[in-house]
Amino acid sequence: MTVDERFPREFRETREEVEVGTRSPIVTGPVSDWATDFSHMEPEWAADPYPIQDDLRQRCPIAHTDRFGGGWLPTRYEDVAAVAYDTERFTSRSIIMSNFRPPASIAPIGGAPPISSDPPFHHDARKLLLPAFTKTAVAKQEAATRAFCHSLIDGFAGQEIVDAAAEYAQHIPMRVIADMLGFPPEDGPQFAEFVESTLEGINLPPDERIARMGKLFDYLLAQVHDHLDNPREDLTTYLINAELYGQKLEPSHVVGSMVLLLIAGIDTTWSAIGASLWHLARTPADLARLVASPSLLPTAMEEFLRAYAPVTMARLVKEDMSWHGVDMKADDWILLSFPAANRDSAQFEHASDVVIDRAVNRHAAFGLGIHRCVGSHLARMELRVALEVWLERIPSFSLADPAAVKWSTGQIRGPRALPLRIG
Amino acid sequence: MKLQIDPGRCQGHGRCYDLAPDLFGDDDEGFGKVLGTGVVPDGKQQEARLAAANCPERAIDLLEET
Repeated sequence: MTVDERFPREFRETREEVEVGTRSPIVTGPVSDWATDFSHMEPEWAADPYPIQDDLRQRCPIAHTDRFGGGWLPTRYEDVAAVAYDTERFTSRSIIMSNFRPPASIAPIGGAPPISSDPPFHHDARKLLLPAFTKTAVAKQEAATRAFCHSLIDGFAGQEIVDAAAEYAQHIPMRVIADMLGFPPEDGPQFAEFVESTLEGINLPPDERIARMGKLFDYLLAQVHDHLDNPREDLTTYLINAELYGQKLEPSHVVGSMVLLLIAGIDTTWSAIGASLWHLARTPADLARLVASPSLLPTAMEEFLRAYAPVTMARLVKEDMSWHGVDMKADDWILLSFPAANRDSAQFEHASDVVIDRAVNRHAAFGLGIHRCVGSHLARMELRVALEVWLERIPSFSLADPAAVKWSTGQIRGPRALPLRIG
Repeated sequence: MKLQIDPGRCQGHGRCYDLAPDLFGDDDEGFGKVLGTGVVPDGKQQEARLAAANCPERAIDLLEET
């Protein structure tokens, strides 16, 4: 057994000691007015957030809520961009809007570096990950991804109806990320549980939330120990051995980056694949056009990313301030909705329409500024391959039961149940 | 026509080298770089404009020669 003093067997106890911060009351239930009481955790938002965002953009472009201990929701592209670019006044110390604000002492690493880090540390932590996620680097995963997509569709033989979210979209990023981190591919179902706990479990009682997150950390720590004993060519071994400022990474940095890659790598891409298939299933003209002209897919894909951007981030306000006409308080949340920015008609013509040959598409689905999604090239490869294989194998499909489509709740939006008739 | 990438704005989205691979490439961290001198060959102006128009960070400058 390889000993690394950073990762003792009792690591989890030391981690729990630092679990302090500020908790706010859990408030759930119907929203009275989206301008003053918004919640991204309510079913109405999950089912269709776009009319809500469009309405707010017109009458109250920076909405407020007292839920989650207080927060703001900018819906105009220019305001979303301004927050994303302003790392002086908005911190990434926490990027999941919940009822828990981590203490300032968690900086600069944060819970999931580098997404949870601010400059200047952010730059150095991000630099460690960038080479593994360039377009050239991720192209090496394409053949295996394509073969895996085919194998999933082979598994549909004899079925007239398949759940494209649960039986297709979900598995693709799980397999790709498991391969990159060097986790056993059969652990996929556990990943789905971790993703749900992290992103959809934010209104659970604190004890339950801590217990659920503990399962994720226990799993990752077991993976770290396995990689210490059996080092191999993957990102887990890379992070264990990586150095910053002449020293091995802090244990919270190693495990935090693993959390980031696992959680952010899975349900985001799962959502993008699912939302694209959902659109095509209910828009036969677009489906026919893409099947007839596969070369249009890269352009169409960017439009799906714009119109159904899966990812909303969050920030915390650093100090009390008046900002774009509203009075923000220190530690107020900002719900940073790239989906809302992407549907601002001041930025995009026919912003509410899905135009699959939109040639100029400066969308913000992967964020703006220094926190640009580190996995964007990987996500684009997976999305393109997943759609290419699906359209080649299943050129005709439709929604089997529109009422049975279920969307995820929270900051990552995509179909979690998507029954499609493929027969 | 000449192309420039503002390294202070580029975040490595890669739209330029996706859309205009003859004009742009990436470095080993995924940031965009202009290939060659940046002078756009005849027949590639439309491609250059498309890449600039799709950069989410507005990091590409098109310098029209006078």
